[in-house]
Amino acid sequence: MTGYNTCSLLSCATDDDRSWDMEDYAGPVAKWCPGCGDHAVLTAVERLLEAEQLPPERTMFVSGIGCSSRFPHYLRTYGFHGLHGRALPVATGIRLRRPDLHVFVVMGDGDCCSIGAGHWIHTTRYNPKMVALMLDNGVYGLTKNQTSPTSPRGLASYTQPRGAYLPALNPLTATLGVTNASFVAQTGDWLPAHLLATLRAAYHHHGFAFVRILQRCPQYTDDLFKEAMRNPDLIELLVHPDGVNVPELESLYKNQRPHDPSNLHEARRLAEPDGKIRLGVFYRNEDLPVYEEVRNVPVPAATEKLALLNTELDRYAV
Amino acid sequence: MGSTQVGPAREPVRAPARPTPTTLSVTQHVLEIVSDSGEGAQKCGQIFGRVSAKMGNGVWTVEIIPAEIQPPARTPPSASGNRVRIATGPVTNWGDDANLVVAFNEQVLLHRHRLGALAGDAVILIESMWATHEDPDIRRAWAAAMEEMADCAYRFIPVPMEEQCLTVVDNPRKGKNMFALGMLAWIYSRDVARIKEQIAEEFRKKSKEVFESNVALLDLGYRWAEEHLDFRIEVPTTPPAGPMVVMNGNQAIAVGGIAAGMELCAMYPITPATSASHYLSEIFERFGGVVHQAEDEIAAIGAAIGASHAGKVAFTITSGPGLALKTEFIGLAVMMEIPLVIVDVQRGGPSTGLPTKVEQSDLLAAIYGQTGDAPHVVIAPATMGECFTCMTTARRLAEAFRTPVIVLTDANLATGVQAFPRPEITEAWLGSPPDQGPVAQGAKPYAWDQETGLSRRILPGQLGGMYTATGLSHDEDSHVGYSPDVHERGCQMRSRKMAVLHQMLEPPVVHGEPKGDLLVVGWGSTLGAIEEAVDRARAEGLKVSSLHLRFLEPLEPGLKRIFKGFKQVMTVEINYSDDPADPHITDENRRRGQLSWLLRANTLVDVDCWTRVPGEPLRPGDIHEAMRAAVARGGRA
Repeated sequence: MTGYNTCSLLSCATDDDRSWDMEDYAGPVAKWCPGCGDHAVLTAVERLLEAEQLPPERTMFVSGIGCSSRFPHYLRTYGFHGLHGRALPVATGIRLRRPDLHVFVVMGDGDCCSIGAGHWIHTTRYNPKMVALMLDNGVYGLTKNQTSPTSPRGLASYTQPRGAYLPALNPLTATLGVTNASFVAQTGDWLPAHLLATLRAAYHHHGFAFVRILQRCPQYTDDLFKEAMRNPDLIELLVHPDGVNVPELESLYKNQRPHDPSNLHEARRLAEPDGKIRLGVFYRNEDLPVYEEVRNVPVPAATEKLALLNTELDRYAV
Repeated sequence: MGSTQVGPAREPVRAPARPTPTTLSVTQHVLEIVSDSGEGAQKCGQIFGRVSAKMGNGVWTVEIIPAEIQPPARTPPSASGNRVRIATGPVTNWGDDANLVVAFNEQVLLHRHRLGALAGDAVILIESMWATHEDPDIRRAWAAAMEEMADCAYRFIPVPMEEQCLTVVDNPRKGKNMFALGMLAWIYSRDVARIKEQIAEEFRKKSKEVFESNVALLDLGYRWAEEHLDFRIEVPTTPPAGPMVVMNGNQAIAVGGIAAGMELCAMYPITPATSASHYLSEIFERFGGVVHQAEDEIAAIGAAIGASHAGKVAFTITSGPGLALKTEFIGLAVMMEIPLVIVDVQRGGPSTGLPTKVEQSDLLAAIYGQTGDAPHVVIAPATMGECFTCMTTARRLAEAFRTPVIVLTDANLATGVQAFPRPEITEAWLGSPPDQGPVAQGAKPYAWDQETGLSRRILPGQLGGMYTATGLSHDEDSHVGYSPDVHERGCQMRSRKMAVLHQMLEPPVVHGEPKGDLLVVGWGSTLGAIEEAVDRARAEGLKVSSLHLRFLEPLEPGLKRIFKGFKQVMTVEINYSDDPADPHITDENRRRGQLSWLLRANTLVDVDCWTRVPGEPLRPGDIHEAMRAAVARGGRA
């Protein structure tokens, strides 16, 4: 671990006799619109925290700006509700000096794929250990109905009232195209069991776990996945012992495709749109460099630091 | 000195063989070494400067830097090198005109001549091969250059540098600098053993062969000078009172940052700040620190904020264009009250401006560049020594006041070398590790003391302290609130901290008498040039004093009272201001120097300004002239 950690180890020591229920992680009542997918993600996250028994004081949610970025306010963990598009650099900085903290990043599609796209690409490559949740409803909701990079072609908004001019950006192929990408998964807000299973897989991944969560905005993209929600045949679940397996979905969702998440080539092929919505782990590789580990150096004690500083000054001595 | 002068179109006169040298003893001397970019004149100047400092001379060096990495050879813009001013006592600035120049070709010399950088009677040691070069274009260029400089009483001494170097190395482009260093070592009676030590240090990553050929070239230059030159220059040394170190401002910022206990420097490459991160990248890991080269300027400050927020105060280092990009995050750090140190090594602007050259034009952007009301601290070191210590000051202020602190240095401080008393670093400089103990029941993340606006930070990891920091308007609990009282209270508390800091500062000390006709006010790297000009003006009877500010936001206290002692107050700065004599300029529309603007707004005193943007440090002689003119005007500009 980087840097100091004596104090955090002390607080660790008390972890053993504490336990937490879902409610222990719950903050004030969320103010998202009724029917917003963010509620489902919040619930899944609370379930995840409970399932993993993460100490709230050592858990940190970092977000950007947008409806979904209000997320940290509704949890009783540490939170950082920062700038539009800039959650990932902040989270990277936290991991660089505080690898003892469990870091989660919550972004919307505008946050991640538009204003913060540069950080998305580069953080994927840095591969710090954290879970990045991209809550993708294909529209700017907070600023009231503007086209986002993931808006489907033809979707009318206030900025593109005659329909989105361009095909939607595909966050899965984009992430899978980045060198050192180590975990890419997709799930949907209407499948709570699949959502939770995916979050748990992401949490256990050693590296940057990118999870795209498909959801709708009840105000502006209410129809986005309506067909898929009604008709399980439009969904294809990627299944594999190293991926996400949700037995309770097996009876309803007949389209099950075995996919080995270590196969990057196949992952990229499956991420291309072909009429099916695929949910599951596309890619997972734990043999890639993790930035804060690559950059980990021991911190000398203060007295040793002073001695080293004096040696350094000797180089400049008159 | 003799008069072996070369006129235009004449063959360079052979230097006299084995003369008996006369020794000129002076208390200060300015020399320059200029070459095409890539020929190593900078390395020669740096080693000469460091060795002179180690021998006990006062030293100040300034880099002469072309804008491109490999500009076309033998052209004036290619001029690259160093100015070194050495003296018996301390040196605080680069002086006025160069007294001695080593030039690797006549075009780079012409560049310095055209800038008026050379004394009328400067001695010029010039590579002689170009006068008789086989290419007629080069011979013509030489002749034209000599013609252009013919009116000056320069003393040209032709030196067959290339011919000499070829006796030792195959590629003289890689050797002339050490030959030149050897000549300078003889002229100024430098300690050759120390020079060799310094060469070993500079080339420590190179092979033994490289070191040995450099030393052979040094010895060759030394012998050539001994056999051919008829003068030496003696600048007596004075032993320093205590232990000293000699480094440039970027090195001082880098080691100063480590001595301040910081463990993360997040940066993105930008001139002229990068050399600090190069140096840090080399040494930081030994101290448990990391240089994080982020994907852009925004991500760099973002990562620094992440680490700082989590309890380890970090810094980011940049220059003007980078500061512009960091603006939104600086505002966030103000709003969330996150300690953070931002170093802006200023260069010429706006936009890409003059990437390698000095300017002091980010002052108002540093203080007011953020949207909304974003009070934070802005300080400016004035010397290399202050570059070192200001990093600890900045880190402490950042933590004590829960605020970003912007440190404004500039290209002059960054690349210039000066000796300063060796800092005595103690454990207190390093700060304390982040508090990870449980927080008291009911503790709030912004438990503002209503009197001071100060509050105790709660750090992630602390049991019972969970909260979400937000850039939205918030109350003591960090709960988002849009009501008038929440927003007004937050603004008031953040602003009050600046007033509290202001009251903790000591009034600045006037250089000269506390009363007089003119008070010159400066900030940053101009300290030495201004004080030298004041001393010269006072020596001729002018009632001139100066004041130098290190704190720009909040401003240092007592300014109004100090200003009352003078008939006129005038800032001297390296940024743009309208000349009152220019077309259309009136007292109402005149755009003034940035410090003058700030002082007028804060004191309601009619503070005048004298500013220049030459892309180089100010010369004491020019400031002296400006003081004379201001005193002669007697009152208003």
